[in-house]
Order: sequence, then C-alpha cells, then structure tokens
Amino acid sequence: MEAFTTHTGRVVPLRRSNVDTDQIIPAHWLKKVTRDGFEDGLFESWRKNPDFVLNQEAYKGGTVLVAGEDFGTGSSREHAVWALQNYGFKAVVSPRFADIFRGNSLKNGLLTVVLPLQTVEALWQLAESDPSAEVTVDLVQRKVLAPGVEADFELDENARWRLLEGLDDISLTLKNEQSIADHEAKRPAFKPLTQQL
Amino acid sequence: MGRTLAEKVWDDHVVRRAEGEPDLLFIDLHLLHEVTSPQAFDGLRQNGRRVRRTDLTIATEDHNTPTLDIDKPIADPVSRTQLETLRKNCADFGVRLHPLGDVEQGVVHVVGPQLGLTQPGMTVVCGDSHTSTHGAFGALAFGIGTSQVEHVLATQTLTMAPFRTMAVTVNGELPEDVTAKDLILAIIAKIGTGGGQGYVIEYRGEAIEKLSVEARMTICNMSIEAGARAGMIAPDETTIAYVQGRDHAPQGADWDAAVEYWKTLRTDDDAVFDHEVVIEGADLAPFVTWGTNPGQGVPLSESVPDPASFEDPSAQLAAEKALEYMGLTAGQPLREVDVDTVFVGSCTNGRIEDLRSAAAVMEGRQVAERTRMLVVPGSVRVALQAVEEGLDKVFTAAGAEWRHAGCSMCLGMNPDQLQPGERAASTSNRNFEGRQGKGGRTHLVSPQVAAATAVLGHLASPADLSDVREPAGV
Repeated sequence: MEAFTTHTGRVVPLRRSNVDTDQIIPAHWLKKVTRDGFEDGLFESWRKNPDFVLNQEAYKGGTVLVAGEDFGTGSSREHAVWALQNYGFKAVVSPRFADIFRGNSLKNGLLTVVLPLQTVEALWQLAESDPSAEVTVDLVQRKVLAPGVEADFELDENARWRLLEGLDDISLTLKNEQSIADHEAKRPAFKPLTQQL
Repeated sequence: MGRTLAEKVWDDHVVRRAEGEPDLLFIDLHLLHEVTSPQAFDGLRQNGRRVRRTDLTIATEDHNTPTLDIDKPIADPVSRTQLETLRKNCADFGVRLHPLGDVEQGVVHVVGPQLGLTQPGMTVVCGDSHTSTHGAFGALAFGIGTSQVEHVLATQTLTMAPFRTMAVTVNGELPEDVTAKDLILAIIAKIGTGGGQGYVIEYRGEAIEKLSVEARMTICNMSIEAGARAGMIAPDETTIAYVQGRDHAPQGADWDAAVEYWKTLRTDDDAVFDHEVVIEGADLAPFVTWGTNPGQGVPLSESVPDPASFEDPSAQLAAEKALEYMGLTAGQPLREVDVDTVFVGSCTNGRIEDLRSAAAVMEGRQVAERTRMLVVPGSVRVALQAVEEGLDKVFTAAGAEWRHAGCSMCLGMNPDQLQPGERAASTSNRNFEGRQGKGGRTHLVSPQVAAATAVLGHLASPADLSDVREPAGV
C-alpha cells in the first residue's frame, strides 16, 4: 500500500449526503478484473450532467473530495475506492462514512477524514467562493488546514500507523502464524468444512 | 457484567488480542463470488501465497449470471471473462466452486444457508455487503472489501476494529399482512441509513422469535442498509430445526456438542447494549420506499412526503433530489403510483417462502397489462423446490416471467435491467439511483406487495385485491 503522510490539494465540493457506492462506481464497471481503469466510471451517472461538480473547469485537478454525511453506503465494492484513486483523489472528507467503505479506503491509502458538518460546510463555502483554495490533510498532525479552516480529526492509532508506514496487512498478520495455528488446533470438531461431501 | 450474543461469538474467535491493536479474528466460513474476488486472487499470485484454508472456502457465480439461455455462451464478453476468471482461480487454488448450470449454484447468501454451511456461532465473511444475511443464524457475518478477501484467503483471519452493540427489540406480534421485509424497512426508516454505523445490531423480542429462519434472513440481510456492521438473531429451536439434516450440518456426537454450544449463544440478562431501539410490532403496516435510499420509506397507505416536512436540512435536500429522480410529487398517494416492472428475487427475498407468498397472491390472477413481472429464484435448489410445488406454473399462468437463479435485477449486472425512467416495485434491498439500470426508479417492497402491485399495475397490498381473483381452479 502507498503510504500517506500529508497531502495538499484543491477541494472538490460534493453537496450530497448518502453518496452510495453504486453512485461512486455503477455495477456494470465491476466486471473488470483489475484494480485500475475505473476513473471514467467514477460518478458516471452524475457526470452526464454538465453542471456536476466534476465537470466544472474550476474543479478539475482537485484531489480532496468533500461530501455530506453517510458517504460510501451500500455495496462493499472496493472498486469505489479504486475509482476515486484512479481519478486522482487522495482524501475524502465527510461527517460520517459507511464502515465497509472506510475500511476499504484505509487499506488502499485513500485517507477518509471525519469532520463535523459545520467544518464540511466551511470547506464547501471555501471551495465554492475560491475554487483555487488549497487544503492540507495532515495525517502526522491529524489536522485539516485551509484558509479560515483548522480542524483536528480522529483516526485510531493503529490505522494511522499502517497508513503512515504504508504497511501490508497480510504480511503483518502472517507474523502471527503460531497464534493462528493454535486457534485452528482448538476449534470444535462440529464446525463445518466446505469440502464436497 | 454479562455479554451480548455478538460479544460472545466475537470472543470465541479472537486469535490475537493486543493493547492498541484491532483484534485478529478467525473466520469460520469464507464465501466467494466472481465480482469481488479476481483482484484478491491476483494479489495472492503476486506474492506467491496460497489459500490457507480451502476447506473453509466456497465459491459460486451469481452477480453476472444470465437468467435466460443459461446453456448458451454468455453474450457479454466482459461478464464471461469475469466468470472464467473465477473458474480459473478456483481451479488453480483448489477452491470448491458451484458455477452456472450446477445444481448448487445461486445467490451466495442463499447457497450457504441451504447447504447447512451457515450455522450459529460462526464467523462468516464474503466480499459482499449482504453477508449480514447469515446473522439470522446467530452467526457474526460481515461484508468485506477485496483487500480483506485477499487477507482472509491468505490467513483465514481478519483484523477487525471494535464494534458497539445495538438492540432492536420488536415487541408483540406483527399484524397478519406485515412481513419481515416491512419490518426491516420500518426499522431502517426509523434509525436511518447511517444509524447503525459502527454497531452490530441484535434483533430480539417476541415478534422476532416468531419469525421463520428465512424471514430472519430477510431482516439481517438489510442490516447493512441501516449502516450496521452486522445484524444477528440469537439461535433458538427454530434455528436448530432449520440446520438439522442439511448437507453440512453436524452429525451424531458432533450434532449434540454443537447444539449444546448453540444454546449458550444468547445475550446474558445482565448484558448492556450501547444503544437500544424498541418497536411495537402491532403498529406496523406494509411498507414501501419512495426515495433513493432504503431509509426513505413509509407505510404503503401514506403519501409521498413533502421534503419541507423534514427538520434536518440535509434530509430535506436528499428528499428533494430523491423526488426529482423518482418522478414523484409530494402528497401523491403511494397507492396511485403506477409500476412498469415487478421484480421478485434477490438475497433479501429470493427464498422459497418468498416465492410461496408471492405465488399465493398471484394464484388465479393476472399481471396487469401495463406491467411486466420477473420472478428470479435465489438458487437452483429454490427453483427446483418451487417447480415441485407448482409455483412456477402459478407465475407463468399469471403472465410473469420465470427465470433462472441469480442476483439478476437486484443490481442489473446481467441483462436484467430497468430502462431509463422505468419504475419498479422490487423485493430487493437497494433503491439507489440507477441501481437496477441507468435511470431506473425503484420502490422496495415485500413479496406480497410486489405480487399485488403486479396484478393492479400500481403499488398495492394484497388487501387491495379482493375483487380481482378468478374463481379457484381457473
């Protein structure tokens, strides 16, 4: 995984709540068997509207998506994270993320930042009044900084460490081989096996 | 202090616990399908890893599979490649697969329970958010992303952040015309699409205890629509009877040991939930969604709400956008909303009881002229059972289309899709914009409401049908 320490970029204001993963990447894109090439599917349906924020020249090249509450609800498709990253987003800010989406984002190095709605509103207003304004998302200090906005955010220490170091979860887990083997040895015999009977 | 059901199951699966780190949990059952697994198998290959426990892993094909002409090559080359990729991955890594055409093929969350692979007290994961379905057995079941699929394939474990516990208690009895689907839609409308975030929900109370295991699956299935990490129902005699005798159910002394363990899987009387919600079963009625998220629902007897009636400005804005997308007007009675397509199926409502209840409404009646109806069994086994009971004939005689098993129009990854502007009453789980096809408009309903809607051509419940049944035997 790519490490995340700090990132500075322009804000793309997405004034919507309940942005589900079907909106982020529609199902017909999920037939691909790779982790790349999803950028054209990002918000595919909304992008047909010329007024949609991603179609506005002023927001081209923005890297920090700021959205309303309940971002990433619905399907567990990790393709939603890949689509955001493939398009160029480095961080997403929302007052509340769906759990599976959040887990997926942190495993791919897309930083999801939870900030209160008032701060999200301040970032929206900033980006709408000055699309060239930059925001810094600093994972080292756990801070979001922009003109007129300074906000601390929470992220559990373990997830933060993995992101800062860009660690591979599977390699970390495999260091616990003995604990896994010990657990396997004491599993009850009545637990089912999938092998064909 | 006592522990909740979820905490008991969690604790029994902790492989490693360390201060400041998420617990490492052992996974008892890993279900795979074609859409969320290819990149995970690629990751294994790149790192020279194997599947640690092929004997705890099983795959089927469901999301992409056609429901017509399944004996012919799949027309969409991209879908075909994805299915072929799963077949190659399962062959290369030694994973049991039930492909299209196999008698055990079907929607992954229908297949696991019907094989008896889903049992109380297990940890179950799948790269699919509706894995919460398996919580109906008192299993702790999570939907996961592809990185986690790879992690489970490689290690048979998952690191999981701690969760909070929520009790949703449903008192009393449900009225006769109220189904598990109506109940869960009402619960989601009450707590909201983000209300369950961070929680494992335990559904309990008299109304829940009286539900069949299949109805319980409908409830737990949609826990994710309330944002919950998982949904669970404590195993009881109903659960035990459902598991007994299935292919992978324990036998002999193992059965006795299993049942003894399962009976300990109840929330202790002195356990404390982090949050509690209480619902009176008697207050409920057939429910339908009017918007574009599953929390935007009301009783069918009501009208489309006025966005201005919502206090929260973001709910107001969401309602305005939803009405615009859905082509509805505030104040319009829901029963007057005409419907083009009715879909009966999915991991939410594609099991035999669902087909029986829809068929009971359709018997001797006809699908309205303006409407088409698709009935898609959740699995080949469900389809065979339905044929044995003659349900397929009830549907086809009524003018409905009887299809092969799969996810189908629930998410429209195969050719079963809505056209732009087309309106559906669907027994599936998501009414998101474009979920069932670009520009399609979805109302989530129970199988009974779906069937009554098909007959009348507008949103309706069986109670609206009294005069349109042809004499019995016709």
